[in-house]
Amino acid sequence: MNPASPSTPVLQVRHLSTCFKTAQGIVTAVDDVSFDLYPGETLGIVGESGCGKTVTSKSILRLLPEGQGFIKPGSEIWFGGVNLAAAGEKILRAIRGARIAMIFQEPMTALNPVFTIGWQIEEALQYHSKLPRRERRRRAVEMLRLVEIPNPEQRVKEYPHQLSGGMRQRVMIAIALCCEPDILIADEPTTALDVTIQAQILQLLEGLRRKLNTSVILITHNLGVVAQVCDRVLVMYAGRIVESGSVFDIFHRPQHPYTQALLQSLPRAGKKQPVETRPRRLPAIPGIVPSLLDLPRGCRFHDRCPCKQDRCAEEEPRLLEGPDAREVRCHYPIGPAPAAAERGA
Amino acid sequence: MPLVEVKRLVKHFPLRGGVFNRELGKVHALNGVSFRIERGEILGVVGESGCGKSTLGKAAIRLLEPTSGSIFYDGQEITRLAHARLMPFRRRMQIIFQDPYSSLNPRLTVRAMLRETIRFHGAAGRREVEKAIDELIGKVGLRPDAREKFPHEFSGGQRQRIGIARALAVRPEFIVADEPVSSLDVSIQAQILNLLMDLQEEYGLTMLFISHDLKIIEHFCDRMLVMYLGYAVEELPCENAGERALHPYTRALLGANPIDDPDDRRPLAVLQGDVPSPFDLPKGCPFAGRCPLVEERCRREMPPLEEKTGGQKVACWAVE
Repeated sequence: MNPASPSTPVLQVRHLSTCFKTAQGIVTAVDDVSFDLYPGETLGIVGESGCGKTVTSKSILRLLPEGQGFIKPGSEIWFGGVNLAAAGEKILRAIRGARIAMIFQEPMTALNPVFTIGWQIEEALQYHSKLPRRERRRRAVEMLRLVEIPNPEQRVKEYPHQLSGGMRQRVMIAIALCCEPDILIADEPTTALDVTIQAQILQLLEGLRRKLNTSVILITHNLGVVAQVCDRVLVMYAGRIVESGSVFDIFHRPQHPYTQALLQSLPRAGKKQPVETRPRRLPAIPGIVPSLLDLPRGCRFHDRCPCKQDRCAEEEPRLLEGPDAREVRCHYPIGPAPAAAERGA
Repeated sequence: MPLVEVKRLVKHFPLRGGVFNRELGKVHALNGVSFRIERGEILGVVGESGCGKSTLGKAAIRLLEPTSGSIFYDGQEITRLAHARLMPFRRRMQIIFQDPYSSLNPRLTVRAMLRETIRFHGAAGRREVEKAIDELIGKVGLRPDAREKFPHEFSGGQRQRIGIARALAVRPEFIVADEPVSSLDVSIQAQILNLLMDLQEEYGLTMLFISHDLKIIEHFCDRMLVMYLGYAVEELPCENAGERALHPYTRALLGANPIDDPDDRRPLAVLQGDVPSPFDLPKGCPFAGRCPLVEERCRREMPPLEEKTGGQKVACWAVE
């Protein structure tokens, strides 16, 4: 894929499609998504609700609701020589939590209210390591110290309800990292938190990523968070990757009109303009995200796109690979046109 | 004369529990907050969860009874007005909620709901009501066929438009907008903010705009009130708020807001620790436990909100 890269990816996702059975029929929530994750990098997946970012991450760990969600045949998720898309439950169980761990948006619902937090860290260790009991307790305290929880010796005996939201998210991170996974998937880890606590958690995650050299997939709708912590970014819209590239390219030189419109629609703090002359209207994107049950013909963004042309309503653009490891799915991308080399499988 | 003025508003919620449901203590949601809003002005209220900003919004229009303090509307005190005498004021002040879905009656079509609101506040004959409904639906950017639909048939952004239409149905002067765009996606957020801005200009609305998002407050409002644990700690114009901010908490909030520019990366966490519980309020300044400028005096005595320069008020001992 990227022969110039000094390292080989820890995770390779190829043509991932994930479908859900609904009363109205089968919807494809993630449609032909391919990407690589390199060691030690933070990859951001951004997009609005329903774009498929969470389903992508859950598909990697095969955490889809049984009987409702399924990965389409032909999808591949390569991790350590195993195709997770086709792997059996036994292999998956050895990988989940040990080599690929996940933290969720709402730490209260992800923690078990009837067990102490120490017990919950030890449970993960018991499952994935051969450490004796006393060692596990010692390691649980050490993990709490690592995530900067004050008085870890005391806190290890407390229950989730005794902790604040930020502290609970720290506990989730401690559980996720106790087996030193290769990949941490963080699904909106700070969305439920206040901004000063969000800043603490982001700083903690960043420090731990450096210390443990973990690769992180950060799923968020908050573009400010992406700009501050990610190395590369995938932008998703209606189940498709519409653009990918380095965080600098995405923010400074977006090529897809959706990415550009999303960035422009953010209210920006600290504009040095007097109130009277400040453009108070934001450049909003008209319309709404299309329903996955009723996707428009052609480009999925065309009816909201400021630069659409006739072709966009007829033919869906392919994801084209440009220089600097960028990709864009648009017939008329903004800026210099990418070399028309289509992404190889 | 300001349209809305609130003086030393206090709201304590009793915390009950135990076998006899005794009062165990009080949650100090508001601890003496004052502000004034001039006609046509938008005052932003910003702060983290539990700072009392929603309580302040609801108490200001008497959807919650304040424990003490006073509320003046258009020069008249309405703090203790009885229901019947309050009704004429109710028509002049409306609220828009964060979650439009739970604040809309699922069994009423948009038309029925708007009709009910318009009639309840004593507007005219049938034909006029129907005309007003059509006009409202157009004003908030919904298609005419929205009239006969139920709330569940709309997306989040469209529901918020319905919530706005309902608030506007009685032609209010003053609107409390309580986190009106927090549950919406970024692209929809911008649409709704633009709509509110247009309506504010068209009808000359006065607004109290509550949000946890400083960027939105800075963009949308004229002045902002920064709250922490039921206290107003700073009041400042939104223009260049980043440079004006004096209170260490306001500065921390501004610093913790992730900037959407990868070239401008900075250490985010400027504050340690959590917000203390409003149940057992610390003595002195509530921010003292996390404050980088804390002095000995801060732990003993709450600083008053004092005017510093050009309309900016700060409650901090460390700020000269």
